[in-house]
Parts: sequence; C-alpha cells; structure tokens
Amino acid sequence: MKFPIYMDNHSTTPVDPRVLEAMLPYFNSTFGNAASRTHAFGWNAEAAVDDARETIAKFIGASSGKEIVFTSGATESDNLAIKGAAEYYRSRGNHIITTTIEHKAVLDSCKRLEREGFEVTYLDVEKNGIVDPAKLERAITDKTILVSVMLANNEVGSIQPLAEIGKITRARSVLFHTDAVQGVGKTPFDVESMNVDLASITAHKIYGPKGVGALYVRRARPRVRLVSQMDGGGHERGNRSGTLNVAGIVGFAKACELMLADAAEENARIRRLRDRLHQRITASLEDVTLNGDAERRLPGNLNLSFAFVEGEGLMMAIKDVAVSSGSACTSASLEPSYVLKAMGLDEDLAHSSLRFGLGRFNTEEEVDYVADLLIDKVKKLRDISPLYEMHQQGIDIKSIQWAAH
Amino acid sequence: MAYSEKVLDHYENPRNVGSLDAKSDDVGTGLVGAPACGDVMRLQIRVNDDGIIEDARFKTFGCGSAIASSSLATEWIKGKNVEEASQLSNSQIAAELNLPPVKIHCSVLAEDAIKSAIQDYKRKREAKQALATAKPAAE
Repeated sequence: MKFPIYMDNHSTTPVDPRVLEAMLPYFNSTFGNAASRTHAFGWNAEAAVDDARETIAKFIGASSGKEIVFTSGATESDNLAIKGAAEYYRSRGNHIITTTIEHKAVLDSCKRLEREGFEVTYLDVEKNGIVDPAKLERAITDKTILVSVMLANNEVGSIQPLAEIGKITRARSVLFHTDAVQGVGKTPFDVESMNVDLASITAHKIYGPKGVGALYVRRARPRVRLVSQMDGGGHERGNRSGTLNVAGIVGFAKACELMLADAAEENARIRRLRDRLHQRITASLEDVTLNGDAERRLPGNLNLSFAFVEGEGLMMAIKDVAVSSGSACTSASLEPSYVLKAMGLDEDLAHSSLRFGLGRFNTEEEVDYVADLLIDKVKKLRDISPLYEMHQQGIDIKSIQWAAH
Repeated sequence: MAYSEKVLDHYENPRNVGSLDAKSDDVGTGLVGAPACGDVMRLQIRVNDDGIIEDARFKTFGCGSAIASSSLATEWIKGKNVEEASQLSNSQIAAELNLPPVKIHCSVLAEDAIKSAIQDYKRKREAKQALATAKPAAE
C-alpha cells in the first residue's frame, strides 16, 4: 500500500495514465494553435479539438460537437452559463432559481447578478440533500428565465432529480442549467432526455487534467444564446475567446472515452468499496450518522458525522489519508459547511463530518486500512472529548447553555 | 495548513487528559466554547491549602490546535499558585505553539478555560468560608 492514501476524489482525481499518454503529442509535435487556419500545425490541432468535441458531446448525450464550448474549467462554465444567459435574456425577465447547496461558482454568480438587479430564489433542499421538484415548480414566475440545479452535490453526493426538473422547465419555457461536474460519468446524465439546455463539466473530476472544462450549449429546440464573458478573438463561436488548451482538450476527451467504455462496471466497483468502508466503520463505532441520501447518492461518496469528535481534529489523526471535512476549521471563514447546514444538520454534527471520495484507483486494502485507522482514532478522540463524557453520563448536550464565541 | 511541531507533539501526546471530581471543594472546573462553534474545552484544577495548583486535567472537543492549546495550558499552570495561573495569557500559548492567525481563537479559549476554572474554585472557596463564618453566629 502506498502512502498517503487518496480518498478525496470529489476535490480532484489523478490523471489516468491513458489520458496522459493521449495528451503528450499535443505538447510538442502536434502543438499548433487550433485557430491557425493557414498551415498544417493549426489544421491538425483543430482536427484533434473537433474529434474531442464529438466524443464529449456523445458522453453527455448532446447531438453535436458544435454544442460544446471549451473553457478553463467548471467555474468558468458556471459563470458563462449563468451570467451569459442572464445578460442575453434579460429583456424576457430577471428571475433566476437555484438551490442553497450549489457550488460557490453558481451561488456567487447569482449573487453578482442580484447586485445588478436580478432576483434569485435559493431553494432549500430536503434533509437528504435533494431538491423537491414541486417546490421548484411553485417558485417559477412569469419573470423566471433560468433554473440552475446541480446534477450531484460535491459534499454529500446527493443526486438531484434533473429529469423531473427538466420536464418542468421545458413546459414553462425556462432555460435549465446544470452544474454536472460531480455527477457526470458517475450517475446517468443525458442532456436530451433530461431537457438540459446548459451543462457545466470539467475534466479533472473524471481522471482528466485540471484547467480544462466545457459548457454544453443547446443549439436547437430551443437554441440557447449567451453573452460572452471573455472578450478577444471570438473563439468557440464567439462564446469564449482564448486560445484553446489543445492537449487538455484531447485529455478531456480521452477521459470521457474511458468513462463511456466502462463506467457502469467501474461505478459498481466503487460503490462496493464505499459500502464496505461505511459498514466497517458503523460496525465498530456508535453515533456515526450518514449525511445525505442513502440511495440517491454518488457511488464514491461517503459523508459521515462522528458525534463528539471534531472533523479537523480527526483529519489530523489520520493524516496519511486525504479526505475533507465540513468542519469550520478547514475553511477560512470559520463557518461549517453551508451544504450540511442547508440540509438542517445541527452545527455540532457539521463540525464532526468527514467526506470520503472513493475513485478509480482506490483498493479494498486501502478501504480496510482507513476503516481500522479511523475506528481507532475516533475512539481515542472520544476519550479526550468532554462531550463524549457528558453523553456517557446521560447529559443532553443540547440542554446546556453554551456561550457562543 | 501545516501544523507546528509543538502542536503535533501535544496533539499526539496530550498531557494531563482526564477528569477531576467536579463536586470536590478543592476542584475548580471551567467549561468553555460551544459544540456549534466546533470547540469545547473542559479544564479542571485541584488547589491545595497553600493556593498551589497541584493537578490540572482537560478534555477537549476541537481541532488539533484546540487540543494542543488546552494540553499546554494544563502543563503550564500545574505547580503555579492560583494568582500566577490567572496571569497566563492567550498570546503566550499562541506564541509557544506558533498558532497561525486563524487558530488564535483556540488559545483564547484555553485562557478562558483557565480563568473559568479558577473562578469556579474561588466561588466554591468563598461559599465555604461564608458558611464557616456564618455557622458560629447561628449557633
């Protein structure tokens, strides 16, 4: 077993060796600028990019590579989709609907639009981290121009009912954007059957390189128009200026191709590992709760709260294992995870949460090691936790008047 | 964020973990922080007749810096008299552990825990003395 062990695949994934191999020629031999129209260097680069567009389009169920706009990553895709559509369709209305558990790239884009006169409804999610489509439908007004709901949440892995939402938005002639970054390749996603009009995806969550993403922009029924957010040479049909990251795009497409080939098998394997980790931990530890939905969740996601133990303190105890926490101590703001709070989780349990993200390269041996290590360390930290002592003495922690600080 | 060696040392080998009898007259207990804020410290002292802190114990729910701050606090106040111990400030703890700005609140909490434990001890002692002086008059 190699240390440290990586179990933070929601943050990023390693580049698959096959992806890296596909990329290498595009750094030095086929290094041309895909926008150069006057020589073979440019033509070869453009051909590679066009092939990649088709592969990526197929990966998400789009009908044409022309619907793929390459970006620097999902943050840029989210910004372009939301601000670009809001700006273009402003004459039709100024209302946008999203959820409280979206990625910051979506939430902060919406906040900026609010400062510019748009109205945004932030829908609460249910306790399992899933948005209720009926509530979404009720929030639509005649001013609503855009709905943005993620495919799957990055913290608790909850899979959102996009097909149901897409039916609603299509019927009401409202554009539908999804941040599909965490879910694509890991849970069924198809822009046609789900009536998605705009979709943000990125390479580095599916074993491709960092720094390259895409925005799917529907071209027919309806044809979606955007105001570009980056001015320059008019690349990507005027949607996004900037020289294309050809090697990155080739790697992105290779990553999609690998996912297309054996995602089902891979996801089943990862789910088994995830379930094994969960079962081993809960078999030996009491007061461990699962955050998010047990069934409608990403196969690699496990988000647990270890009551009476603080998340960052726990991560320090398992420092050979890379995971993340919803604890405030891991963020500069000293606020615990807004996703867990939006799900109605008590703040102390949000502070006690760890997120495990299993992926393609994790093994059963690693899972067993991490489970055993964690069980041992949680017990040790509970032994030095005043809250655990109170719990054992039958004192209800909620009954105490704590002085907030 | 990387932890200082001293934080790691206290975290991995916490000093003076445990509990003293909170009901005992010579024990002062400080319970500070809040679960919702992600850190709770309980620091206890046992004080002898000369006003010397003979023993100090802690239990902490919190991050590594919070655990280290409370561990260091117990180490420092042991053997000191109550007045000396109450002079200990958070900046001394923060400096010793090289706490980054975002973790300064951990040292503040440790200082609060010491002060709160001393206050509890003094309150008990005063109540006891009041009882002792009140008794003969009543008889």
